[in-house]
Amino acid sequence: MLKVNNLRVGFTSGKRLLAAVDGISFAIAKGETFALLGESGCGKSVTAQGIMRLLPTAGRVLGGSVAMEGENLLALPEADMRAWRGGRMAMIFQEPATSLNPVLTVGQQIGEVLERHLGMTGAAATGRMVELLRQVGIADPERRLNEYPFQFSGGMKQRVMIAIALAGEPELLIADEPTTALDVTVQAQILDLLVRLQAERGMAILLITHDLGVVARMAHRIGVMYAGELVEVASREAFFSQPRHPYTQALFKALPDMSRRGQRLTTIPGQVPSLAAMPTGCRFAERCARVMPVCREQSPVWRDEQSHAVRCHWQEAVVDADVVGVGHEITDLSVSAGKEFLQVADLKVHFPIRKGLLQRTVGHVRAVDGLSLAILPGRTLALVGESGCGKTTVGKALLQLIPPTEGSVLLGGQPLVGLRGARLRSARRHMQMIFQDPFASLNPRLRVGEIIAEGMDALAVVGDARSRRETVAALLAQVGLPEEAIDRYPHEFSGGQRQRIAVARALAVQPSLLICDEPTSALDVSVQAQILNLLKKLQSELGVAYLFITHNFAVVEYLAHDIAVMYLGRIVERGRAEEVLRTPKHPYTQALLSAIPLPRLEGSTAVIRLSGETPSPANPPSGCHFHPRCPHAMDVCRSRYPESVDVTATQRVSCHLLS
Amino acid sequence: MLAYIVRRLLYALPILLGVNLITFALFFVVNTPDDMARMQLGVKRVTPEAIQKWKAERGYDKPLLLNAEAGGLAVLTETVFFQKSARMFVGDFGRAEDGRDIAREIGNRMGPSLAIALPTFILGLFVTVTFALTLAFFRASAFDFWGVVLCVAMMSISGLFYIIGGQYLISKVWRLVPISGYGGGLEAWRFLILPVLIGVVSGIGSGTRWYRTVFLEEITKDYVRTARAKGVSEAAILFRHVLKNGMTPILTQSVVAIPGLFMGSLIMESFFGIPGLGSYTIEAIQSQDFAIVRSMVFIGAVLYIVALLLTDISYTIVDPRIRLR
Amino acid sequence: MINFQPVVLWSDIFVWLLVLCAVVFALAVRRREHLRQPWVKLAANRIAMASATVLLAFVLIGLFDSLHYRVALEGKPGQKTQYAVEVLSVLDALATPLRTRNEKTYSEPFATRLYAKETVDVPGQGTVREYPRLKYGGKHLAEHEDEVAADAGFTAFRAGALAFLGWLAVAGVVSGVVGHGEAPGTGWQRIWRGETAFAWDAVLVALALMLLVAVPLFWLSGQYHVFGTDKVGQDVLYQILKSVRTGLIIGLVTTLVMLPMAVLLGIVAGYYRGWVDDAIQYIYTVLNSIPGVLLIAAAVLMMQVVIDTNPQWFSTAAERADLRLLALCFILGITSWTGLCRLLRGETLKLRELEYIQAAQAFGVSSWRIIIRHILPNLMHIVIIALVMDFSGLVLAEAVLSYVGIGVDPTMTSFGTMINNARMELGREPVVWWSLTAAFAAMFILVLAANLFADAVRDAFDPRAA
Ligand SMILES: Nc1ncnc2c1ncn2[C@@H]1O[C@H](COP(=O)(O)OP(=O)(O)OP(=O)(O)O)[C@@H](O)[C@H]1O
Ligand code: SF4
Ligand code: SF4
Ligand SMILES: [Mg+2]
Repeated sequence: MLKVNNLRVGFTSGKRLLAAVDGISFAIAKGETFALLGESGCGKSVTAQGIMRLLPTAGRVLGGSVAMEGENLLALPEADMRAWRGGRMAMIFQEPATSLNPVLTVGQQIGEVLERHLGMTGAAATGRMVELLRQVGIADPERRLNEYPFQFSGGMKQRVMIAIALAGEPELLIADEPTTALDVTVQAQILDLLVRLQAERGMAILLITHDLGVVARMAHRIGVMYAGELVEVASREAFFSQPRHPYTQALFKALPDMSRRGQRLTTIPGQVPSLAAMPTGCRFAERCARVMPVCREQSPVWRDEQSHAVRCHWQEAVVDADVVGVGHEITDLSVSAGKEFLQVADLKVHFPIRKGLLQRTVGHVRAVDGLSLAILPGRTLALVGESGCGKTTVGKALLQLIPPTEGSVLLGGQPLVGLRGARLRSARRHMQMIFQDPFASLNPRLRVGEIIAEGMDALAVVGDARSRRETVAALLAQVGLPEEAIDRYPHEFSGGQRQRIAVARALAVQPSLLICDEPTSALDVSVQAQILNLLKKLQSELGVAYLFITHNFAVVEYLAHDIAVMYLGRIVERGRAEEVLRTPKHPYTQALLSAIPLPRLEGSTAVIRLSGETPSPANPPSGCHFHPRCPHAMDVCRSRYPESVDVTATQRVSCHLLS
Repeated sequence: MLAYIVRRLLYALPILLGVNLITFALFFVVNTPDDMARMQLGVKRVTPEAIQKWKAERGYDKPLLLNAEAGGLAVLTETVFFQKSARMFVGDFGRAEDGRDIAREIGNRMGPSLAIALPTFILGLFVTVTFALTLAFFRASAFDFWGVVLCVAMMSISGLFYIIGGQYLISKVWRLVPISGYGGGLEAWRFLILPVLIGVVSGIGSGTRWYRTVFLEEITKDYVRTARAKGVSEAAILFRHVLKNGMTPILTQSVVAIPGLFMGSLIMESFFGIPGLGSYTIEAIQSQDFAIVRSMVFIGAVLYIVALLLTDISYTIVDPRIRLR
Repeated sequence: MINFQPVVLWSDIFVWLLVLCAVVFALAVRRREHLRQPWVKLAANRIAMASATVLLAFVLIGLFDSLHYRVALEGKPGQKTQYAVEVLSVLDALATPLRTRNEKTYSEPFATRLYAKETVDVPGQGTVREYPRLKYGGKHLAEHEDEVAADAGFTAFRAGALAFLGWLAVAGVVSGVVGHGEAPGTGWQRIWRGETAFAWDAVLVALALMLLVAVPLFWLSGQYHVFGTDKVGQDVLYQILKSVRTGLIIGLVTTLVMLPMAVLLGIVAGYYRGWVDDAIQYIYTVLNSIPGVLLIAAAVLMMQVVIDTNPQWFSTAAERADLRLLALCFILGITSWTGLCRLLRGETLKLRELEYIQAAQAFGVSSWRIIIRHILPNLMHIVIIALVMDFSGLVLAEAVLSYVGIGVDPTMTSFGTMINNARMELGREPVVWWSLTAAFAAMFILVLAANLFADAVRDAFDPRAA
């Protein structure tokens, strides 16, 4: 139905025209889901924008054709193209929060499409809108039509976006990372919805994503993009059973999961070449483990076998799963459980909500509401939970960056809460933090050397300038960066390298605990693998403990010794990693685990689907916070918060089912 | 909503008190009433008696902040601060040098001032927003480029030039409308049309440029991309989606413009001989009538605070996310 | 050999301090790559460089006008030297002919006669009412009064040719430097193809235009009053030159005096929040809620009283006018710092939540150190943008304020006082249009250049515009 042929899209940069998408061809049949997979910056979104002719001002279609039902879209005048957009082809975007117009009601925004493409107005349109909202699973659609986007939660906004897309009765839906901004449980709902709608309408979907799990769950056929080119196109079965391009293979190996625990992850060295400096031969040559001399000279051509096309000079079949880089043991799984050195008891962080004539405090956002945990030296505790459950706040409260409202934090037996000045400073030496966004966590105006030395100066770790420079150089070496980095500025480094600098900065004061707040969620899979390897290596060499804050279970499975699962400011289940992952006891943990799309053929066997979304911490449900969404909720759950129960010596769960 | 308005008005009290303290400090502490008397009476004929008389006539002979001699509440009330500054809160502005009641005078002059300021404001907003939308529609074209150049040129021209030039051309060379003066009732429009026109024209440059930036920034937002993906036409995007979202920054900017409007009409009124608050102030400044200047500062602050409040309320109309509590 | 005594006015100190700051800042920027980047971008912008060239010319005039001295009076040897009460500047010395050749009253540009009839004694004819000949304007023409156009045209042409030659020399030197070490002519080519990192083509074009206008103008001004004369017969061109300094001082010193306060309070409010923030916000809301003109009016009136009641403070009229100018700068500064302060507070609020600040806090780095090392450098671009954006507004405001009578001292030449004096004569028939036109035109050129430059600076420094 849709045929993209040799499409090339470029951007003007100064006087030059750089091709961001360089000759890609694929076709999508009716009722089929074609997934475009690739890391950030490889041109996935630009491809979609090129097909819709929605390029930003600097973008130009340089060549090729896009044909839908035989009609060449690129040749249409703009006015005719508008009839296609939103009509026979529709698009949904990554950020539901910003993609809806905040000052128009949901009804107005859907109605616009009905009026534009179907000429429907008045009562007919209202009826249709109600029907559409019902189809995408929004309760009470009559009332909801007159509400504004800010009155909807993230997942509901994405549902509204889908309703808008469906309104024009499209034959092709382009979904650009439709679930990346959503929580796993909500992601599962949206993916289910898309599958259902596709089955009902026989719609074709062009799904753009970077997540192999989502691909495995959704796609019929998959195209892998690298640096503006397609490098492999295959059916789902062929793709997951036998990826053939070295890049695809490396991507799979870079994925962390349980089966790789204790092993080094395979990383892809180097970075994607920049648009301005594309190599002439194979674009992956610089990073490829199979590279041959011919690769650097000739761009490989397509080889097509049983609907599995690859663009690579390397012809052998995959022999051994670990050819690309031999994994080896680095840490022992059973680090001895020594004495706890950080104990948190009943920690609460409440942010006041002010209102009224005198701005009295009328309530609190209970970001953290009675949390207890303990961290053992040299081990990794993963704190998992969905967005807004208070994970980051816990990390900051431990470091006393946010003063806790209540509760105690004991560091080696010494209380931290309420410490001030020099004593707080000396206590902080034992704990440091690594942040999520490597671009916001380094001051762009300071040199790398100054950044790393900052903590040492503040905590008076080293004295004179010479020895300080040596220490900084040693730290950089430890995280795998050259000494020259000292005199350069952060903007000269890539995301992964910046995260290394942040690690070096934290290590400079020789802490025994590193609080890592989603340190890899802003990074691509291949770079994430590098950072995870680094963290593992450092743990085995230096014996640091990690408090690893994340929502990514794959990383947890790979890295964690202990796991604590958080829901709405409280820990609902904690225990050793094996226990929590293999035999989850709390319904929320169970649902969370089953909602994760696995990057395997047999991965999508999820059974438990949660309805709704995490409630606001300003107004948590009574009793067990989870009861509105819990499939096992009982009467007692609505009235009383469950005590925590020891299931085993190490696993504790807060649920009435177990008491 | 009501609670919000009440709270905002309560907040205004300390601010007005601050305004009063500043003017009080300027008028009575930096220069003692004696200095003022010497200024007013002329340096030559000053005898201590004359100064005393001058002060007594105007009630400046009391202590500044605290009257130690008086008893009870009078410690506070029988002072220059209370008599001259604090009483402004209840609308008592005292008398001008010529003996007239300032509050009365202000009441009389409010009308002509509003008659210029309001049309200038509304018409100006309409013209600049329209022009800015047009430029945004033709963005990145030659029309847009030269439009911006024109705006920069227009905002580089002194406001005085617009007034003098406009007066000269329209009233003197073309003799279309009277050069200055003011008449009550329906005749007023003949006197108002020129100042309003000049006020609008002189604001086009900076206004258009600012609103154009606002619209261009809105155009890069994600929801515009969504609208395009729906197949909505460019004009509909601009008028339906972008304009409505741009209203908030536009309103914010308009408030910032209100003191400027005041300043503008200050000059405008004195040039066109319109008996409004602006010309009143200028006359007071030129004749160094401190009581009037002090009152106008107070009135100006009150107007500013009211305008701010009105803006906040109007936000709720253009942006459903904003609820005043 | 004339004896003179240097006079340092307060505003001179500020002007040269500003120059010093600019030099120090430039040196600091040179050494740091990431600070240099926006400047490099600015240097490649043609409009920016062309307007900078124009601004530079104005600044040079202003600087020459900021070196003051008093000439020693002729005295008997042995006696203590007395100095003239009149304070002159280097610019006055350079423009001595313009300054001293005063006519009696108004005369049109290039006129040879006064603009008003006078009763003169003509030998042999008794008293006649006629337009008397000017003392200086067109004197060299003697009897051939009607040849003004030809004479002026010819002189202008000669001067223009000379200007062109001068420009060629400058352009030659520049292309030599640009194409240093390459084949001759490449520098020239590179410039005009726009291939140089610095927008030399724009600078050279702006320079050419300026030279072509300025050289003939000054040449002619030796023989005519090119912009006419004003009521007291003073050359309008001279007044324009003198106004430049006033405008620059108002535009620059104002920002300078308000800068430290706005930066300090803005950052402190945003960083510490809580009651400090409340207090600072209260202060600027109060100041903001007083309409600017009125606050300025009140403050200037009070300032005037102080000055008038203390005549003993000043030894010359220039000093008194100068102090009033500075006072005006301070008052304008106080009324205008609120905007920048609010902007910086908002930005600091955002910055303090950034992860690198949190990281520094986690190390226990002291608050002041965080402010100086992390926050201030990341706010510099806002300060620079505010500085250039405010300039043109302040120059325009001076004119309005001087018109209302709360601007600079009436004895001080400025665009505002020029307009104010000339305005009275608009009612005259026929109209005296030239000083008004000249003042507006000069102000327009200055403000336009400043606005264009400010635009370019904002584009180069604003991270969002990138
Ligand atoms: N300074 C604050 N003032 C008010 N509310 C806050 C503040 N900081 C956090 N919150 C609220 O506290 C809750 C927990 O926030 P937190 O950032 O800890 O979540 P998180 O689990 O880290 O989420 P994510 O996965 O999105 O990073 C959220 O509802 C958030 O809106
Ligand atoms: S063509 Fe060569 S370099 Fe490119 S992926 Fe294949 S083997 Fe690697
Ligand atoms: S306590 Fe009740 S509602 Fe909560 S998780 Fe357990 S069963 Fe579900
Ligand atoms: Mg977080």
